Amino acid sequence: MRLLRAWAAGLPAYLWSGWGAIASLLLLFAAWEAVSLIYGPLVMPDPRSAFGTLLGLIESGAAWPELAATARRAMSGYALSLVAGSFLGLLAGLSMTASMMSRPLVTVLMGTPPIAWLVLAMLWFGASDGTPVFTVFVAAFPVIFIGALQGTRTLDNQLRGMAEAFRLPRRMMFTDVYLPHVVSYLFPAWIAALGTSWKVVVMAELLATQDGVGAALAVSRSHLDTAATMAWIAAVVGLLLAVEYLVLEPIKREVERWREQGR
Amino acid sequence: MSASCPTDTRPRELRVAGLSHAFGRDEVLAGIGFRLPAGEVAALVGPSGCGKTTLLHLAAGLLTVQEGQVSNGFDTTAFMFQQPRLLPWQTALDNIALGLKAAGLARAERHRRARDIGLQLGLAPRDLDKFPHQLSGGMQSRVALARALVLAPDLLLLDEPFSALDVGLKEELYRLLLDHQAARAMGVLMITHDLMEAVRLSDAILLMAPAPGRIVCRFELDVPAAQRDDAWVYRHTAELLQNAVVRDAFGMPPLMTGAGAAGEPAAGTPAAGEQAAETPATGMPAGVPSTSALRLVATPESAPARSASRCGG
Repeated sequence: MRLLRAWAAGLPAYLWSGWGAIASLLLLFAAWEAVSLIYGPLVMPDPRSAFGTLLGLIESGAAWPELAATARRAMSGYALSLVAGSFLGLLAGLSMTASMMSRPLVTVLMGTPPIAWLVLAMLWFGASDGTPVFTVFVAAFPVIFIGALQGTRTLDNQLRGMAEAFRLPRRMMFTDVYLPHVVSYLFPAWIAALGTSWKVVVMAELLATQDGVGAALAVSRSHLDTAATMAWIAAVVGLLLAVEYLVLEPIKREVERWREQGR
Repeated sequence: MSASCPTDTRPRELRVAGLSHAFGRDEVLAGIGFRLPAGEVAALVGPSGCGKTTLLHLAAGLLTVQEGQVSNGFDTTAFMFQQPRLLPWQTALDNIALGLKAAGLARAERHRRARDIGLQLGLAPRDLDKFPHQLSGGMQSRVALARALVLAPDLLLLDEPFSALDVGLKEELYRLLLDHQAARAMGVLMITHDLMEAVRLSDAILLMAPAPGRIVCRFELDVPAAQRDDAWVYRHTAELLQNAVVRDAFGMPPLMTGAGAAGEPAAGTPAAGEQAAETPATGMPAGVPSTSALRLVATPESAPARSASRCGG
């Protein structure tokens, strides 16, 4: 509740501070328009026609079911990796042996391209939702796992000693000493993983499913409809940016207020 | 842990007897013994690495006792570390109230007490809402002191908490600490390697020597801390610095013959000068004039024979 109020109170100032970001986005649009002027609309449609197509898709009602399907898959995979990654990462961080053993495994996981997982997933799950969900899970899991692992490994011994000297009970040890520290590592990892999920799900859909934004992209590609392609890309990126900068970033600022200036 | 369970039968004192401790094969402490009754301020003085911090942690129950006994008869014990060690994600007020929260006090009550003590220790009301990184080092130390004192401890353990502060700030915190100590007859065991700090604050100075850490001497200061002025502190610090045992413990070369007389700051009696000049040869503690408020006491509880004999003459 307190968090919600702080979020609402901080929003106007936060949005105002976004002018710089908006200016640089507009510069990107200008570059986009320049490219379309030089190479013609088949290679690159101008921003107005791309956004026009997007508006048409939204007004005709064609956009929402696809976006909803994509969001559902991305969020399922993301939620799975969030729970499993946080839990296992914390657990592994508690033991020196477990963290030493899991680090190379996670590095392998991170180094394996998502497209390789996608091929395996298509063999295992076929054209069901399982394929994109699994691919998202595998791509997002190591990011969160590493965050949780580092959060537990870097716990401050001095603070632990202090907490012992002041006879903090176990529950307080967790809520007042461990948790805030771990969250400061976990939260950025969660945000990074969200971006990864959103990107990977579109790729998985492109190759493996009949609906969703990825599938719609595949259709527009086969029709050589670059305006629709750009429209879908704009929709996906716009949604991600909205979630990240309107919801997660303000929460992060509030949760990590104690870090401001300091480092 | 042995330090945390007081019973009615035990006297209100901290008793350490025959305490030895080793980290692996490194012997850190050997045969430590002393007694700290309620209302007394004792300073553990010694060079870096002589096991002072280990001893304090054993007394606080932060380390497990390997050999010997630590018996803490005080009801509540508070600890103040060398660094402030504040929780960076909590405001100064919540940091002060940490021990109270651990004791299960309701939020409003612990905040009230934390605010009271914070203001007493010279924190401004708006400082209490700040996070530690927004506070200066001195303010952080005040918060750390407040966090310990808000528990109304009977025994306060201090691990060189003032060593990084400037002179003015030190003086102020000394005064605040002594006020609290006197008002509540609190026992205080403090570590310092600053002899002047020890002479200013303590009723007894326990001198430690390294490798392995042991108590080689006990000095008692007869004048109450509140009545000591700067001149008194300088004079007795200088006296302490001329003592052969102190010089030896800190690895300083023995005084040259006659140097004791020359170094006597306040017009010391000629007898004291002669004594200082003579004693290094006989192994007697030097530079302690008979009129001084600083009394050298042998420590019967400290085991190693060589240090005891050197100390007692």
